[in-house]
Amino acid sequence: MLFRNFKIIYRRYAGLYFCICVDVTDNNLAYLEGIHNFVEVLNEYFHNVCELDLVFNFYKVYTVVDEMFLAGEIRETSQTKVLKQLLMLQSLE
Amino acid sequence: MPAPIRLRELIRTIRTARTQAEEREMIQKECAAIRSSFREEDNTYRCRNVAKLLYMHMLGYPAHFGQLECLKLIASQKFTDKRIGYLGAMLLLDERQDVHLLMTNCIKNDLNHSTQYVQGLALCTLGCMGSSEMCRDLAGEVEKLLKTSNSYLRKKAALCAVHVIRKVPELMEMFLPATKNLLSEKNHGVLHTSVVLLTEMCERSPDMLTHFRKNEKLVPQLVRILKNLIMSGYSPEHDVSGISDPFLQVRILRLLRILGKSDDDSSEAMNDILAQVATNTETSKNVGNAILYETVLTIMDIKSESGLRVLAINILGRFLLNNDKNIRYVALTSLLKTVQTDHNAVQRHRSTIVDCLKDLDVSIKRRAMELSFALVNGNNIRGMMKELLYFLDSCDPEFKADCASGVFLAAEKYAPSKRWHIDTIMRVLTTAGSYVRDDSVPNLIQLITNSVEMHAYTVQRLYKALLDDISQQPLVQVASWCIGEYGDLLVSGQCEEEEPIQVTEDEVLDVLEGLLVSNLSTPVTRGYSLTAIMKLSTRFSSVNRIKKVVSIYGSSIDVELQQRAVEYNALFKKYDHMRPALLERMPIMEKTATNGPTEIVQTNGETESSDSKHMPSIAQPANQANDLLDLLGGHDVGPVIQTALPTKPASAGGELLDLLGDLSLSGGPAPSPTPSVTISQPPFLLDGLSSQPLFNDTAAGIPPMTAYNKNGLKIEFTFERSNPNPNISVITIHASNTTEADMTDFVFQAAVPKTFQLQLLSPSSNVVPALNQGNITQVIRVLNPQKQQLRMRIKLTYTYKGAPVQDLAEVNNFPPQSWQ
Repeated sequence: MLFRNFKIIYRRYAGLYFCICVDVTDNNLAYLEGIHNFVEVLNEYFHNVCELDLVFNFYKVYTVVDEMFLAGEIRETSQTKVLKQLLMLQSLE
Repeated sequence: MPAPIRLRELIRTIRTARTQAEEREMIQKECAAIRSSFREEDNTYRCRNVAKLLYMHMLGYPAHFGQLECLKLIASQKFTDKRIGYLGAMLLLDERQDVHLLMTNCIKNDLNHSTQYVQGLALCTLGCMGSSEMCRDLAGEVEKLLKTSNSYLRKKAALCAVHVIRKVPELMEMFLPATKNLLSEKNHGVLHTSVVLLTEMCERSPDMLTHFRKNEKLVPQLVRILKNLIMSGYSPEHDVSGISDPFLQVRILRLLRILGKSDDDSSEAMNDILAQVATNTETSKNVGNAILYETVLTIMDIKSESGLRVLAINILGRFLLNNDKNIRYVALTSLLKTVQTDHNAVQRHRSTIVDCLKDLDVSIKRRAMELSFALVNGNNIRGMMKELLYFLDSCDPEFKADCASGVFLAAEKYAPSKRWHIDTIMRVLTTAGSYVRDDSVPNLIQLITNSVEMHAYTVQRLYKALLDDISQQPLVQVASWCIGEYGDLLVSGQCEEEEPIQVTEDEVLDVLEGLLVSNLSTPVTRGYSLTAIMKLSTRFSSVNRIKKVVSIYGSSIDVELQQRAVEYNALFKKYDHMRPALLERMPIMEKTATNGPTEIVQTNGETESSDSKHMPSIAQPANQANDLLDLLGGHDVGPVIQTALPTKPASAGGELLDLLGDLSLSGGPAPSPTPSVTISQPPFLLDGLSSQPLFNDTAAGIPPMTAYNKNGLKIEFTFERSNPNPNISVITIHASNTTEADMTDFVFQAAVPKTFQLQLLSPSSNVVPALNQGNITQVIRVLNPQKQQLRMRIKLTYTYKGAPVQDLAEVNNFPPQSWQ
């Protein structure tokens, strides 16, 4: 789990591994929660997300990432807020 | 040109490819189409093309020709274009590309755009991949956005500021005024990001840290926010499994940790809230545990009171009992860090930690093993060692070396009895023998020689082990060395500790010869066994057989073996008269601290290899020693020898004393053992024995005594028995001063009757501070070969309040154990 001077924290969801790379000093367990939060948002946004959804809509996935994480830190933790923003953005397209 | 295919179709077609080659072909075709489309400067489909390009980039194919296209997209007015453009910029461009600077202007315009989403996009991009030049240019804009009322933008601006600070630390001051109001936000998201910003600032610059501590009264604010979070009850927006906004809690705890480090006031303010969080958070889910973990880390780092620390360690102990491996891993790692400082508290969880040794997961086992070694102490050594030895049996090979070394170290420090120590080492050698480190063999040998009464027992056990199994080299080496030394004890069958076994000389020689011819033995081992056989020639009676063996190996291919055999042969033929003396039993070895050749201690106790290096602060002229002798006149006194005296001490003659004088005068470099008639070992017998450090066992319970107590000066003697040679007593004097003025130029001299020999090492200082503020220590070594009652005359000179003082005294009340 140690990689150069970073740690890799991962969680497995069915066939996919979601990995986060953080500093050695960060709290492992908190980032595990962050991963879970992110996956829940994805689930809501894509309505029962599956792997194919992520592949075909990769640019949308990036948007979700941008909503929740920025500059290497967690930005928004409230799922409802994030989903509201995403729907707004979608309507602009 | 037909419309380029849609992104979805491209993805679908690529996924249908069965082989790498097929996929590559498809992608190349598509890349060619995209490139020609770019050349045509077609605005409508550019977005689609770049999206496809990004997909191919994610698969790993080169996509750099799309960089300029991304810039064009960013400049367009359509939102979709901008979005893909910025995404492309984030993925394809970074600091190393020259093109990224062209983006700066675009971003600047977008930061001032009317739509918040565009502004948001720009902030995102800047935050992800802004280089230092870009950051410098755009920092002003970011700061402006920090102050807007739009919370969506404020969040992004705060994190963007974090990135800017990371890239260009000098710009930190620019963001300082904006941070003043950040913490009074209601919006959790903004609060969260502001805490992050503050954390980053505090981490980067200690000035900021002190500023925040003092002026802003940050700590009380944070404490208040945290309290609200815990108390406020259910808030559906930020709730995760029943705990309100754990992410924010964790972040605040982290910031508190940084603020409270080495600062007493802040730490005090935090104590209550930390205790509250620690006790109120429920631990059934991972979320609660995450918060507790952060709390524990914070408690450890700040200057908290001990009750709080114990609470933290108890939390970690509870973690260890959790089923989730992650949590156990995290707990073990933190316990390792804290075991140095809070040793006693961690001891309470010792049994849980030892249970973790049996876990299936490798990283947990390793951490548990390290932690167990850190926790071993005199009280729990027996129990712990049993567990650790069991672990050694069953663990993976990669652990065995570390575990074996750890066991040796622990056993050495805390062994309750010699027999136990030897048993433990034998157990390690038989189970993990091939994994122990090379230097443990000489250490073990040295240990065995020290435990004189255990020789018979040791050699018997080693012999039995050797009969079972000769594949583990360290065990074989130690065993053959011991048999060589103590073979006579083995054959005579005397052993108090165990059932004595009947072994004949021939059987022993069979075993040793077996070692020599076996394929499992390394050359080093063969050397050991050849030497052992040779040593037995003086201890056993069947010399002829030994002679035969030795002469066979005179023509061995291995040079080392051949040399040994030839020399031994010569010993038989030409120097037979010297053989008994040369092959006598080895005296007890002292460990030397330097890495030089092993010093064999002479029975007069002069091994000055390492310690006598310090030049004394006092130079005593020899005539003072003479004075002492004159003053003491009629008694039989032996000479006083002080180390590193520049002049020769007055000696009553005798070659042996001159030898002592020479040895003590040389002081600096280690004197080589002069060959005397009684004991000398030819160098080749020292092969395989490297140097070992010096140590002195503290004797069990020789009571200290007061030797002199007058005029406020008190001198106490404490005793140690020098382990390698039971005839040497090591006395440490402690001089202390109960008056209110210092005693300077303090000199302590001693003389003993002729049957003793005395050696005085240099004192720790020559000032006895007043009012018992400290004391001078000095070490005296007394050799007492005839075990007579120890008597000593001491002379003290010092300067007290400007006037010199001299005093003589006789010390007769030595406790009997010190000289018996």
